Amino acid sequence: MFYIYCPYCGEHREEEEFHPKGQAHIVRPKEPESCSDEEWGDYLFFRDNPRGIHHELWVHAVGCRKFFNITRHTVTYEILETYKMGEQPSITAETYAPQSSESEAARVAKQAGVRA
Amino acid sequence: MSNVATFDTRTEANIPVESPLAYSYRRSGTPAVTTASRVVLKERALLGHLILRGGAIVLDEALREELGINLPGQPQGLVLDASGERSVQWLSPDEWLIIVPGGEEFELENRLRARLGDAHYSIVNVGGGQTVLELSGEKAREVLMKSVVYDVHPSHFPVGKGVTTVFAKATVIIRRPTEDCWELVVRRSFADYCYRWLLDAGEEYGIGVAK
Repeated sequence: MFYIYCPYCGEHREEEEFHPKGQAHIVRPKEPESCSDEEWGDYLFFRDNPRGIHHELWVHAVGCRKFFNITRHTVTYEILETYKMGEQPSITAETYAPQSSESEAARVAKQAGVRA
Repeated sequence: MSNVATFDTRTEANIPVESPLAYSYRRSGTPAVTTASRVVLKERALLGHLILRGGAIVLDEALREELGINLPGQPQGLVLDASGERSVQWLSPDEWLIIVPGGEEFELENRLRARLGDAHYSIVNVGGGQTVLELSGEKAREVLMKSVVYDVHPSHFPVGKGVTTVFAKATVIIRRPTEDCWELVVRRSFADYCYRWLLDAGEEYGIGVAK
């Protein structure tokens, strides 16, 4: 079970109170009419499935019922930070430095995953 | 004054009104409160519940003028007036729950609407949708510990705090207005379920139901 810090409630709550809502920071195309089918299809249906750092949208469904973002490591399941809607993550796949002493090659291999 | 259509949910006509637990009292019974009861359950039925939404600064001023209570600005805040009858609770950064004695809510809603004027806000009377169960007694916290995922230890849940959380898989608002009393705001449709759950959970402490 996760013990998730809700940035709106200002405290940690049980995972039972939350719902995951998929990948965060998906920007709706400004002019949908001028999108190609491929662009629109990517926007609607295709999501990243990275191995490593993932920014996710969650909702505190039972508590304050606000949406917020979580930066989570999909290998260790570690929640690295939570931040409010409209904010940008301070930890990204580029800036994240794992604590372990594993080799650079192994680390890169773990960070690949699937990008939409 | 806004141009929102309002109406008093309490009619002038003499219609018999039953508490949300009326069915449960008949079906599941009401264990008597005895000297051996270390938990006492009491329903505070038919109170006036209002959901207030909008910007904190505007609402705070209006509420202080009309109700004499400050809007709790901190998350999980619960503020009561001197009598303890009226309360305002933080539910979300732009949402508060007001509970007043039954019958006062329509008048309060109208006064707030008149004062707020054209400000950006919303007031909804939810009194028909939820009810308040009050748990007291030395083992009240033990009953809660068996039922909710939230930490109800006094160091984590002081007087003047209220949270929305999961109670036996149902959504509930837990509030602590005084040192030895816990209030559960439950959905009317879940009232029977919660009542029976509490009777079961409180059985080992000789739970009694005060009416």
